[in-house]
Formats: sequence, structure tokens, C-alpha cells
Amino acid sequence: MTTGMIFAGSGAILFAMGVAGVLLPTHLLRKILAFNIMGSGAFLVLVGLGQRSGEPDPVPQAMVLTGIVVAVAATALALALARRLQRLTGRMELPPEAERD
Amino acid sequence: MTSAALDPLAWLILLPMFWATLAFVLGLGRGAWLAIIGIALQLGLALALAGRLLAGGVPVHPVGGWGAPLGIDLAVDGLAATMLLLTQAVALPLAVYARSYFTGDSSERRFFWPLVGFLLAAMNALFVSADLFNLYVTLELLGLAAVGLVAAGGKVGQTAAALRYLLSTLVGSGAYLLGVAMIYGAYGSVSLSTLAPLVDRQAPAAVHLAAGLMLVGLTVKTALFPFHFWLPPAHGGAPAPVSALLSALVVKASYYLILRLWLGILAPLLAPGAAIAWLAGLLGCGAILWGSFKAIGTPNLKMLVAYSTVAQIGYLFIVFPLLGRTSPGDAALQGSVLHAVAHALAKSAMFTAAGVLVKATGQETIDGLAGVATRLPLTLFAFALAGVTLMGLPPSAGFLAKWLLLGAAIGQGQWLLVAVIVAGGLLAAAYVFRVLRHAFLPAPVAVSSRPVPRMLEWVAFGLAASSVLLGLRGMEILRLLAAGGSS
Amino acid sequence: MKRIAGAAVMLSAGILAMALVVSMFELPPPAVRLPQMVQEKLPQSGVEHPVTAVLLNFRGYDTLLEVAVLLLALLGMLAGERPRPAAPDRAPTDPVLPGLTRFLVPLMGLTAVYLLWAGAHRPGGAFQAAAVLAAAAVLLHLTDLLPAWTSLRLRLRTGLAGGLLVFITVAAWLLGEGRLLQYPVAHAGSLILFIEVALTISLGLILAGLFLFLPDDDERRR
Repeated sequence: MTTGMIFAGSGAILFAMGVAGVLLPTHLLRKILAFNIMGSGAFLVLVGLGQRSGEPDPVPQAMVLTGIVVAVAATALALALARRLQRLTGRMELPPEAERD
Repeated sequence: MTSAALDPLAWLILLPMFWATLAFVLGLGRGAWLAIIGIALQLGLALALAGRLLAGGVPVHPVGGWGAPLGIDLAVDGLAATMLLLTQAVALPLAVYARSYFTGDSSERRFFWPLVGFLLAAMNALFVSADLFNLYVTLELLGLAAVGLVAAGGKVGQTAAALRYLLSTLVGSGAYLLGVAMIYGAYGSVSLSTLAPLVDRQAPAAVHLAAGLMLVGLTVKTALFPFHFWLPPAHGGAPAPVSALLSALVVKASYYLILRLWLGILAPLLAPGAAIAWLAGLLGCGAILWGSFKAIGTPNLKMLVAYSTVAQIGYLFIVFPLLGRTSPGDAALQGSVLHAVAHALAKSAMFTAAGVLVKATGQETIDGLAGVATRLPLTLFAFALAGVTLMGLPPSAGFLAKWLLLGAAIGQGQWLLVAVIVAGGLLAAAYVFRVLRHAFLPAPVAVSSRPVPRMLEWVAFGLAASSVLLGLRGMEILRLLAAGGSS
Repeated sequence: MKRIAGAAVMLSAGILAMALVVSMFELPPPAVRLPQMVQEKLPQSGVEHPVTAVLLNFRGYDTLLEVAVLLLALLGMLAGERPRPAAPDRAPTDPVLPGLTRFLVPLMGLTAVYLLWAGAHRPGGAFQAAAVLAAAAVLLHLTDLLPAWTSLRLRLRTGLAGGLLVFITVAAWLLGEGRLLQYPVAHAGSLILFIEVALTISLGLILAGLFLFLPDDDERRR
């Protein structure tokens, strides 16, 4: 088992944990953190599988750099929105869905 | 190389990005005319591209001159050209509408034009990209632009809707990205043209899993029932021009990608009538029934239109069990693409008309519509015409779309789908007539009506009329769809 | 009910993880070998580091869209915020922290320049340099040496959008010469450096803005 496969395997587990983490908790900060764990899992799979033969592959590494920047941007927007929601409602949670019905 | 300098493929992406950035530099709320001129040029580019395709060309643009798999290719087929044309054609009247809609220094207006520019750039880039990872970047660009537009109101409801939308869209693109990572691991490439000959039925289990992840992720982004929960508050709570853009175009972008993958690189993995195709079809049926049911029950006018979108998305997914069995499979594909086009026009008409009604009455409820039939007949007529398309009555494009879908379903003996397609039309009639009935009620005594710019009414009417009249020109769309070797 | 839903989600996540890991170990070697292609074309890319070559040349188009994503995150954040009055200047409370910051910030600036220059032949580049610059700005703000940003003046807007404008303009100009973002081999290195310098400034401002534009929670408490 190469180190690449260890990375890829851990990435898959992290991704699944991240998905559960986005769905389960109600606290927004935990959801946003879980989304980041999910993304990191996918990045690990991308890089890990790419270099499972042992030699480094620059293409997935560059893709992951792009992906990290995208994730940073999305996280920043999510945090800003979560803060605004907390300022307006005093709670770090999404209000119940049926509110507007 | 002067032909490359004017390549519409590249300019359809560069141009909106350029005017979006420029509008931001110009200042808060500025850039309306820049945007309108920009979108008009984009419409010209999309027409030129469609013409090139119909003339037998197969437009491909290797970015950076490297070519796949090292570089990223842009490519256009009939399906992509249809979507490009639709996007620019709907965006142009909506831009004109938005210029009159936003008045004063409303917070929605401050970054509206840059956000719309990036939204259009993202969609155009998505339609022409032939690279799985590049598609991921365009999906994120599209998602963030759409969330920004929803969040721009700044109130509690809009912020919560934007956040719910953002988290759903991020989970969707996350699943898609993991699928891309597995595909790269399996084949060593993310280029669609390189992957197409490599993927076959004996593909390893990881590729099947990757396909599942990508499709599920995109389905969440398309808001197929039961993943629709984020859509009604986001589309219903945004200002009318934003609702129209999101409902008419943005959900179609991820649906387009599902179609592109389903008919393209994932096709060898999917046996005709596979379980996953039926799952998609049955969820589509669920969407039609549930979305219509909620639309009939909601007291809020814009939420009614938003729930109608949930229902109409269902039709887009009914096609999957019908695809590729026999030759009528083509009719099913034509029907679903035509439905996407008809719905885009009708739904933008409905949201723009709803925007006029809400602006004039100052109320968002359907009960508050009493008396508008005499005061805003043109707008109400636009709403009704758009309703004709959603119900699928002749001669509208919606009729042609439903006719093709029904024909395919009957031809294959899928009576459940036939029943739901027909029922969906009747349910659409129920929620459209609910609005019309209230509009024709006599106005309460002390009613005050605010003046609304005529331009808003005319845009709504123009969009609605084109959704009906397009039925007469449906064959041209189908010809474009078949051009360039697609389907 | 909530318990059951939670257990179902956890169970599905567990099954997903297992299926993913098991399927990964059955993968045959990939049919396409991109690393070799990258090595072959590296001399024509204008940079010596393979990751930078992929990032800014072979897949430079991804990077163009990615810059737009970052600007978009800032726009989305600013779009719903109400304009607010400038916060009053606060006197630095702790003498040690500002002193340390005054010492660190020039060093961070120097690091950013180094990272930018290093990007051509070893890990580094515009994004890393911009991140360091933004970190310096955040540090200055946290020690009350730099007030929060409350208005978007023309100069700031130009700075935020300049990198993307330069990138788009170069892309359009290169389109006239051949293909979108097709760098001529002779000038690839200098063009990429030019774009990277512009990007470093704009991305630094955008990343700093994601923090400095946030409304201050202290305002309410006072």
C-alpha cells in the first residue's frame, strides 16, 4: 500500500464524515466546518489516487490548489452570511423551513 | 488566425466577465447599460455560434492551444448551443426589466449587475466546457453568484434562504468533485473527449460510484424533489428579476450537465431502463405532484411561482426512463429540452409579472390581488399566457414539449408516466386559475395602487408571448438540438 | 425521531466510506499518463515548476475562473450588508502586540515578494503571496493599527478588480494572437509574472476584505 492510497482512503472517510456533519448538527459553524472536512476529503482523494503509483502528479496538485481557493471563497461567504443571520436573529442556526408558508 | 480572435465560444465567457468586473469598478448600482449592451452582444455571439453549428461546423476551442487531455477544451454541440441561445435570449429582457425594477438605493441593486455578469459568465462557461474539473469550477462560480443575488436583500428570510441555498449547493458540488477525483484516479484524465472512449460497461466499481456521486450532487443542485427544500425560499424571497433568472436559467444549468454526462461519458454505464433512471423518473413524478400541491396551497404569490418551478423540474427528470430504449428515445430528449426552453420563458414571464403585481399592490399575498384585473390587464394577461405554456395548451412550446414526452411515454407503454404528465398539466391549471380568480375579484374599497413603469409590464408580456409563440417555431429548435452530432 | 434520522445518516455515511475505500483498491493503473505530458511540455510553459505550469499555463483557464470566484465571494458578502458609519479609531490597548506587529508586517511583505518570485521554479506563487499579505492586513486590524473598511472607494474597487481585469485583458489579447490564454513561448514567462503580480495585489486585497469588511460585533456592545 503506497502513501497515495493511505491519503485517498483517509480522504474517502473524511468525505463521508463531512457529509454526515453537514446534515446532522444544527449549529451553523459546525455545518460550515463539516463542509470543509468534506472538501478536504475530496482533495485528498484527488491527490492520493493521482500518485498511488508513487510518483507525484502535478495535475491533481494544481487542481487541488484551485479547489482550496474555491473552498476558501465559499467558506468566507458562508461565514459572513452566518454572522449576519446571528446578528439578525441572535441565533447561529437556520430558522425552521416552514417559516414562509 | 483572425478567425480565432473572433471565436464566439471564447467571447461568450470573456465578455460577461469583463463587463461584470467593469460594472463593479464603475460603482455601486452602476453598469445597467453596460450589462444590456453586453448581453445584446452575447446574444449575437450565441446566434453566430448556432449558425456555425447549423452550417456543419463543430466548434472546438483548445484553451491555451494545448488541447485535451493536457489543456482544457471548450466544445459546442446542438444541446450546448440551444442552452447558450436560451440563456442570452432570456437574460436580455430580464436585464431591461431589472433596470426599471430597482429604484433608488435599494440594497439589492448595489451589486446586482456584477453578480449577474458573473452568473451569465458561469453559465456560458458551463455550457461549453468539455473538462470535468473545469466544470466543477464553473458550478462553484454559478453557485456563489446565485447565492450572492439571493443574499443581497439582507433581511432575515433572505439571509437564511441564501445560507440554506449555499450549503445545499456546496454539498452538491462536493459530491460532484469527489466523483471527478475518482474518475481522474481511474483513468488519469478529466477531459470528456479523452474519457469517452475509455469508459465502458466493464468499468471498475469506483467509476460506477463516481458516476453516482456526480449525478446525486447535480440533482441536489437542480432541486429535484426531495432535494427541493432550498429552492422555494431562495427563489420566492429574492427580488423579481433575480427570481426569474434563478428559476428560468440557473436550475437548468446543472440539469444540462446531468444530461450531458448521462448521454455522454456515463452512457456506457447506464443500461436502458436502469434502476437509477427509474429512480430519477419517479422522483420527477414526485416533484410534479408535490410541487403542484404546495403551489395550490401557499398564500404567497411568489412562493406559488417558486413551487411551480419545483413541479416543472419534475418534467425534466421524467425523461430518464424513456431515454435510449428505441428510436422514440430521441423524442423524449427533444421533449425535455423543449420543456426546459418553454419553462425558462414562461417562468421568467411569471416572475416578472408577479414582480409587477407585488410592486403595484404592495402585497405579496394572493388574496391581495383582488382588483388587479382592471388595473393591470397587460400584466395579468402575461401571467395567464405563461400559465398556458405551463399547462401545456396548444400552440405553446409547453404543448409541443408535453406532446413529445407523452408520445414517447405512450410509445413505450409507460402508463404511470403518461398519467403524471397529464395530471401535472391539470394541477398547473389549478394554481394558475387560483391567481386569476383572485385577480378578477372586485377591489376592496380603500385600495391604493402604486404606479409601475410600463416597461416592466411589456417585458413580462413579451416573455409570455414568446413562450406561447415559440411553439410555432419548435422545429427550428429541434433542428439546432440535432446539429453537431448531439443526441 | 431525530435519533433515528441521525443514526440513518451515520449508517449511510459509514457505508459510503466503506464502498469508496474498497472500490479504490480495485482500481487498475490509469490509461492516461498526464505527468509525462507535463514534463514534455514544461520547457514551452515559461515556468520551471510543474504545478505552476499546470496552474497558470496548461490549466490557466481554471485559474482565471477561480479569481472570479474569489471576487464573487466578496461581492456576495458585501451585497447584503448595509452601509455603516466608520468606526471610531480605538487607541491600541496593549503596547507589546502593536510593537510586534510593526516588526512582523514588513517581514510578511518581504515573504510575499519572495513567494511570488519563487512561484516560477518552486512551490509558491500569487495565491500564496496574497494570503500572506492578507494575513498581514488582518494582523494590523486586530492590533487596531488598521481600521475596518467601511466604504468602497474607486481606488479600492480598482485594486480589488484590477487583477481580474488584467487577466481578462491578457486572455482577450492572446485570443487575438491565437487561442484563449495561449502564451507565446518566448514571452510566456514574463506574461505569467505580469499576471501574477497583478493577481497578488488584488487577491491580497480581496482576502483582506473578506475580513476587514465584516461589521464589527463590538459596535453593538458599546
